[in-house]
Amino acid sequence: MLHVFLAPAPWENWDLFGEQIVAGLATGSIYALVALALVLIYRSTDVINFAQGEMAMFTTFAMWSLTLAGFPAWTVIIIGIGLAGAMGGFIEMTIVRPVENKSALSVVVVTLGLFVLINSLASAIWFKSGEPKTFPTPFSDASVDLGFARVTQHHIGILITALVITGLMYLLFNYTKVGLAMRATAHNPVASRLMGIRVGWMLTLGWMLAAAVGGVGGVLIAHLTYLAPYFMLPVVLYAFAAAVLGGLDSPGGAVAGGFAVGVMENLLGTYTPQDVFGPEMKLPLTLLLLVIVLLVKPSGLFGHAETRRV
Amino acid sequence: MLKISGVSAAYGPVQALSDVSLEVPAGVIVTLLGSNGAGKSTTLRVISGLLRPTSGSVEFMGRRIDRRAPESIVSMGISHIPEGRQLFTDMTVMENLMLGAYTRRDRGGVQRDVQRVMDYFQILGTRRDAHAGLLSGGEQQQLAIARGLMSRPRLLLLDEPSLGLAPLVIRGIFEHIQRINKEDGVTVLLVEQDAMLALSLASYGYVLETGRVVISAASGRLREDEGVRRSYLGY
Repeated sequence: MLHVFLAPAPWENWDLFGEQIVAGLATGSIYALVALALVLIYRSTDVINFAQGEMAMFTTFAMWSLTLAGFPAWTVIIIGIGLAGAMGGFIEMTIVRPVENKSALSVVVVTLGLFVLINSLASAIWFKSGEPKTFPTPFSDASVDLGFARVTQHHIGILITALVITGLMYLLFNYTKVGLAMRATAHNPVASRLMGIRVGWMLTLGWMLAAAVGGVGGVLIAHLTYLAPYFMLPVVLYAFAAAVLGGLDSPGGAVAGGFAVGVMENLLGTYTPQDVFGPEMKLPLTLLLLVIVLLVKPSGLFGHAETRRV
Repeated sequence: MLKISGVSAAYGPVQALSDVSLEVPAGVIVTLLGSNGAGKSTTLRVISGLLRPTSGSVEFMGRRIDRRAPESIVSMGISHIPEGRQLFTDMTVMENLMLGAYTRRDRGGVQRDVQRVMDYFQILGTRRDAHAGLLSGGEQQQLAIARGLMSRPRLLLLDEPSLGLAPLVIRGIFEHIQRINKEDGVTVLLVEQDAMLALSLASYGYVLETGRVVISAASGRLREDEGVRRSYLGY
């Protein structure tokens, strides 16, 4: 039986293969950012923030409004990041804080509620027409020849942005006092208070950072997809996969997981027989891989079980 | 230096302390004795702000601290080394020490104090980049005390530093406590299961029973007290 392939095999067209890898790394860097956001919150509160993607969606819509109002792209992004951070902090202080000492399940339910709330709110404000919107790139759609592949400047731009943000997070957590305090809070909140750390502030700061990082992911991918209240849903699913793949307690692992998932998604979408595994099978296949990883290594590829001597 | 007057405290519906009063004068070692669940650790938790008393007051250097949060009590000069050490086990020895100095702004002073505690506890110097969770029990206790000293406390609250350690290791730890008290003039409130050991170090002791102070006296007198001997010293 003959299968229908959309693309020639890699050895017949290396350029296409290279383009798919770079495009995969680019979308992967978005998954990496959103996964990083998930990990930032998971590490400090042991909670998966299901509303992470919706928070990013909301800030992306806000930025879209600002763009329509005529603000230049980079101004919009800077305001947007600030807005995202403020929203994250506000949500932590008003909605998450009251249930923080309850069971992890209550917090999960709260983030699910936030998901619905933010989604409806965005639909009511920006999506009455029901028409997806296009989002401009702060970079450019001009293509760049890398020698082995031709990709757009936007792809390169998001790749570099993701790497820079990851680098900044690394520096923050490993070389600053506030980063040390945030790690300590994630590790042992009671002992942290005895050290004089304002644990509440650290949690708020964690949510602010996560929302800002996730928001950057949202605004950068909106140009590649489209902007609608549900546009972050597949992104967040891939980001979950990335975070779990890399290890939920490992920021570096989440980023590596993001790149891996992005490349895998692109290759699966391009090189599988379309009549068997069409593009709509990309997500289930990626999630299948995730299940396999978890069966073999439950803490994720880069996660580690807590160091403890008994 | 520290004055607790008529303090009661509870965990939910469970009364843990009833009308406890005690005093710790500057420069000495005072010990809190009593069996499990008598309220020793709870008393320390009330002082460091982890637990709010339901009534009574806690005064430190003439200021009320019983309504303050732990993070502000640390910066007033009280360091609580809790039961079970509560180290940051996934972090290095050095990071634990830096967290101990979190409230301080004088970088040079902090560096000097890192040097100083590493002179005290030499093993920490050789293992500064090891994860705290991988240290032995005795090393972990030394790190807990060293971390507690990094905030430059005037009063050290020590909760069962001997727990789970070999006798020889305990001796070493107690010699350190004595040295910290004598050489650095740090006042110590010591909670300890091993009453004999605690009384050999402390100049004054309080005995707690079901959340109340039942006896308080100078160490020498406590050691001779018939009831204390039978209940806590075992001879």
